[in-house]
Amino acid sequence: MADATLAPVFEPTPLPVRDIMPWAIFAAVIGVIAFYFTGLEQGATAVFDGSAIHEYVHDARHLLGFPCH
Amino acid sequence: MVGKLLMRGLLVGLLAGIVAFGIAYLFGEPPLSEAILFEEQMAALEVPDPHAVEEEAPVSRTTQATTGLLTGTVILSMGLGGMFAIVFAFAHGRLGHLGVPQSSALLAALCFVTVSLVPWLKYPANPPASTFDDTVAYRTQLYFLMLALSIAASAGSLMLRRKLLPQHGAWRASVIAVICYLVAVGLVLGAMPAVNETPEAFPADVFWDFRIASLGIMFVIWAVIGLAFGIAAERLFPGRPAARGGILTA
Ligand SMILES: [Zn+2]
Repeated sequence: MADATLAPVFEPTPLPVRDIMPWAIFAAVIGVIAFYFTGLEQGATAVFDGSAIHEYVHDARHLLGFPCH
Repeated sequence: MVGKLLMRGLLVGLLAGIVAFGIAYLFGEPPLSEAILFEEQMAALEVPDPHAVEEEAPVSRTTQATTGLLTGTVILSMGLGGMFAIVFAFAHGRLGHLGVPQSSALLAALCFVTVSLVPWLKYPANPPASTFDDTVAYRTQLYFLMLALSIAASAGSLMLRRKLLPQHGAWRASVIAVICYLVAVGLVLGAMPAVNETPEAFPADVFWDFRIASLGIMFVIWAVIGLAFGIAAERLFPGRPAARGGILTA
């Protein structure tokens, strides 16, 4: 990076993007599942029947800012 | 390396979820319970439907407010912690002359603004009985569209800053990027449709307390992730002492 600033500090070496990508996909899957079950399932959309999951995480869904009722 | 970072991100997310549960229980549950009380009062005023079947609640209020709430905050926080680790892996060394803890704290602050604060400004958390049941799909679409636009605005400004760095230096590149970011966010906030479904009789103090509690919960999640991940990840970067004072000069 060319921003030569005053502090004599280490320039951290960036991790190569090709090393990050497989883990990024894995983390994205985990993230989507986490968002899905706290925010969406048996609310805006549903994979499972009934309302048990919705009811169980209901307070978290409201307080974490996801649309509910 | 990245796998180890991801593991630490998930564990830090678990910790953040537990702390967030404490905050949610202390500050979020009281207004939430009052909203449910209001909901019951409103329901009592309605003419009872003779065909209505009395449904048994599948989960008790106590479960919702304790283990259910804990499960929800932990699952979401772990998801956020995992994704934060990946963002950190991309950003560290590309943000400026920052040590691991400083990179982590700065990134968590950016994540709080991008993922939590900006969407909250347009579509803040709503307590029970303050919106219509049948618009939940529409409101969810708006919420996630807002989240996507907010992420796009932040990512775009960071890329712009990087582009401007060689010519303008760190300070001016950052100021220009922040101005462009604020304009973009302002336009998005203005352009997205408003949602106003709250019944007139809904108690305003409950509304306020609930929304501030919700923002506080998100703040705590990101604060714990940002600080704890910095400590947990620093050991993975041996021989690279933290850039003391680097946060002010990056
Ligand atoms: Zn609800």
